Amino acid sequence: MSANLTPYVEAREKKGLWLSARFAILRRASQFVFLALFLSGPLFGLWIAKGTIASSMTLGILPLTDPFVMLQVLATRHWPEMLSLLGGLIVLAAYLLLGGRSFCAWVCPLNPVADFAAFLRRKLGITQTAKLRPEFRNWIAVAALVVSAATGVVAWELVNPITALHRALVFGLWFGLVPAAAVFLFDLLVAKHGWCGHLCPVGACYGAIGQVAVLRVSATARSACDDCMDCFAVCPEPHVIGPALRGERTGASPVILNRDCTLCGACIDVCPEAVFRFTTRFDHRLADGAAPGTRKQTPPTSVAEAA
Amino acid sequence: MLLPGRLGLSTGNPNKRDAMTRPVDRPANPQRRKALQDLARFGGGAAACGVMLAAFAEQSRARPAEALRPPGALPEKEFLSACIRCGLCVRDCPYNTLKLADWADGPALGTPYFHARAVPCEMCDTVPCVKACPTGALDHSLVDINKAKMGVAVITSRETCLNLQGLRCDVCYRVCPVIDKAITLERTHNTRTTKHAIFEPVVHAEFCTGCGKCEKSCVLTEAAIKVLPVEIAVAKQDAHYRRGWVEKDKAGGALIDAPVKLDIRRPDLPGLPGAPK
Repeated sequence: MSANLTPYVEAREKKGLWLSARFAILRRASQFVFLALFLSGPLFGLWIAKGTIASSMTLGILPLTDPFVMLQVLATRHWPEMLSLLGGLIVLAAYLLLGGRSFCAWVCPLNPVADFAAFLRRKLGITQTAKLRPEFRNWIAVAALVVSAATGVVAWELVNPITALHRALVFGLWFGLVPAAAVFLFDLLVAKHGWCGHLCPVGACYGAIGQVAVLRVSATARSACDDCMDCFAVCPEPHVIGPALRGERTGASPVILNRDCTLCGACIDVCPEAVFRFTTRFDHRLADGAAPGTRKQTPPTSVAEAA
Repeated sequence: MLLPGRLGLSTGNPNKRDAMTRPVDRPANPQRRKALQDLARFGGGAAACGVMLAAFAEQSRARPAEALRPPGALPEKEFLSACIRCGLCVRDCPYNTLKLADWADGPALGTPYFHARAVPCEMCDTVPCVKACPTGALDHSLVDINKAKMGVAVITSRETCLNLQGLRCDVCYRVCPVIDKAITLERTHNTRTTKHAIFEPVVHAEFCTGCGKCEKSCVLTEAAIKVLPVEIAVAKQDAHYRRGWVEKDKAGGALIDAPVKLDIRRPDLPGLPGAPK
């Protein structure tokens, strides 16, 4: 278990404030913008995006539909209007380019809640965590689709904390804050990155897109890694880092190909040695002068345990 | 990382470290064992979640009678298959009639509804709510708002309806957008006064769109006319029950022979008319 409770300190000293918080700031800005697009209408009468994150219409021309919501409708065997199908395809295409679970880190309104819980965990030194496996979310996704098919009700949307939170903020349905609060407490007290990292079927769906998505993070300068473990401490899906970062021995690509990566960029921010950067899935280059095998060999098992 | 899985299924040997090194205790096919183990763990967990979710989904069908769906809404069962709770219909409703259901509002969480007594449907000619629906939960084939069936008005309180007391209120009739078709005033005799008329408002389900203007404008503290969902207010005619006169019209004549003409038989009693003297 990683006991590193003071990540970012070294990165700030070495790279300065901006480079050690760049993606955190950009992500909050992105999340704010996506929410503001929906809120400008009800608050100021300036209608940009109507609807909610489940399905929306931007400026009267751009329909967007959440792929997992779309799958649930198809599971109920209702054949939807083209408008939502088109919206689903547009979102699908966008995330095929932009990395699948980048939705989770850059758009999802629940992410700041989960991030805040993770932040508090670090600050309060809470290290105990229930053991869950990241794959469980795939099973929950399948279960939600099976229930939709069996009952003929778009089932996950009855409990989905993401859309409930978004409706709460955009439509003032304040009970929608309750599931988000439950996720916060669960992540803080029960399991580290419990909801987003293990249970959320929406993330599982975007993860499936991420399986083949183009945009990725790569441990390009992995030879500079000094095993400070900061990236493992801040990564919401720490199991994705190991194969790419410690791939020198196995000859694996430095690109983080695991679909669970949310492309949050926390590893880029936190790394004092600037090991990580954004690139495409096809870019397997290593940083200049980083010839494989020059780095001291570390058994990768300790990494796996930390994950 | 691999350790817990193996330990969990080693063959009951108390010294597990030894068990792992001895070939005899290793599973013949570790991958299959792992797959079965995952199936049991994850499948079991997912099934438990699924059962709870299914119960919740079934329960979400219970909709209070006063919660009406927007124009063009599919029948409730299909509506819940199609509605993704996005709120686009609510956004495009110019009169703030439509609302999304919060918890404890009654209808399935996040689905659109309206209470006629609060804000009725103004029956926009352009039907913007239906056009906004991305999934067709509001049926896009509804282009004439007069064909909408949000519900059917019912005089739920004959005892308090002013017109039925013999007074002339007529408000529900006057405000009806489909006046003289959806609501008519039927004149009957006032048996209380014996010399006045009662103008009874009568709803004709065929023409009523369920907009709720009548319920909204009923002058009583509690409306005597209420719009109820179609499945509550309109009973289906039994398929086996045929109306003879309709069938006769369809067939172009009587379906059975005319009744047999029988002789008049009666006792021959003196004094009865027609009796032999």
